[in-house]
Amino acid sequence: MLIQLMGPWPWYVTGFLVGLFPAIMLIVGNRLLGVSANLRHACAMALPRWSDFFRYDWRSKGAWNLAFGVGILIGGAIATSFLANPDPIALAPATQASLGALGVHDLTGLAPREIFSWQFLTTLRGAVMILGGGFLVGFGAAYAGGCTSGHGLAGLADLQLPSVIALCSFFAGGVIGTMVLIPMILA
Amino acid sequence: MSAPTLPHSSPRHSEPSNAPRAGARPEPSLWVYLLLGILFGIILTKGEVISWFRIQEMFRFQAWYMYGVFATAIPTAIVTVQFIKRRQLRALSGVPIEIPPKEMGSGTRYIAGGVTFGIGWAFTGACPGPLLALIGAGVPVMAAALASAIAGTWVYGLLRERLPH
Repeated sequence: MLIQLMGPWPWYVTGFLVGLFPAIMLIVGNRLLGVSANLRHACAMALPRWSDFFRYDWRSKGAWNLAFGVGILIGGAIATSFLANPDPIALAPATQASLGALGVHDLTGLAPREIFSWQFLTTLRGAVMILGGGFLVGFGAAYAGGCTSGHGLAGLADLQLPSVIALCSFFAGGVIGTMVLIPMILA
Repeated sequence: MSAPTLPHSSPRHSEPSNAPRAGARPEPSLWVYLLLGILFGIILTKGEVISWFRIQEMFRFQAWYMYGVFATAIPTAIVTVQFIKRRQLRALSGVPIEIPPKEMGSGTRYIAGGVTFGIGWAFTGACPGPLLALIGAGVPVMAAALASAIAGTWVYGLLRERLPH
């Protein structure tokens, strides 16, 4: 059992378990699954001045969500400490070749060490990838009113048309970022 | 304890079926949400959904893996949530389950915000959930990306009135 837990999970197991979460959150506390609202709660907590968008009681509205977010962080630590897959991810050969052409050769771990290091962060290219990418995620999620979990899972589960549009746009942006922008930055 | 209501949920018409059941239990404690978050984080990490490499594979259309995850997760989510809605199930605390609809507006926010978000997703290989999981999973520099994401949300708050929605 533990060996199976530690090895790579088939996509349908992951998909099924993730797919249960919108329903679980509704049943447990009438909550709509979402993670990016935590970014807003963080702003409401730290710097609520200058915008009505952040003037609300984050304790009553967001405490459950913040607890959920902290849990995700702990879950990441548990998964890599006690349930870690000893082998590198079975990446498609075509992707290995594409990344190699961009100078990304170390395919171990969850993110390439050549990019996601404190050292690379101090370079212009690193800052664009890490800080620029993070900024776009936060700005875009707030603008779109949700992220992959809020729109992609919870919104779609409720058959909301805005969430379908949002998810398609996430993908369009992702393809543009991957095919056009990342090669320009890393070249 | 009286039945808690979501701050943004509009009260429905007072049909008897929507009244909280006698002996309604209190809201779950924050520990329950922490535990659910831990499970969600383990699943995202073990499922390799937080892997920058997997996201690259997906956006380059070079593997089925991530599409398989979505193709399983979305129908599972639709079937379970629609079941809850059709059966008008209640939350454990006894309150009726209500899902506030999203406003369409002009739709601009979903396209412009969505594309912006997607570009950031490609760069970091992580959306907000995975961003948190990655910090725990031993990629500490993602804390800088998270701080930047908070800054991004804050800047949106400043510009919100001037952006088309």
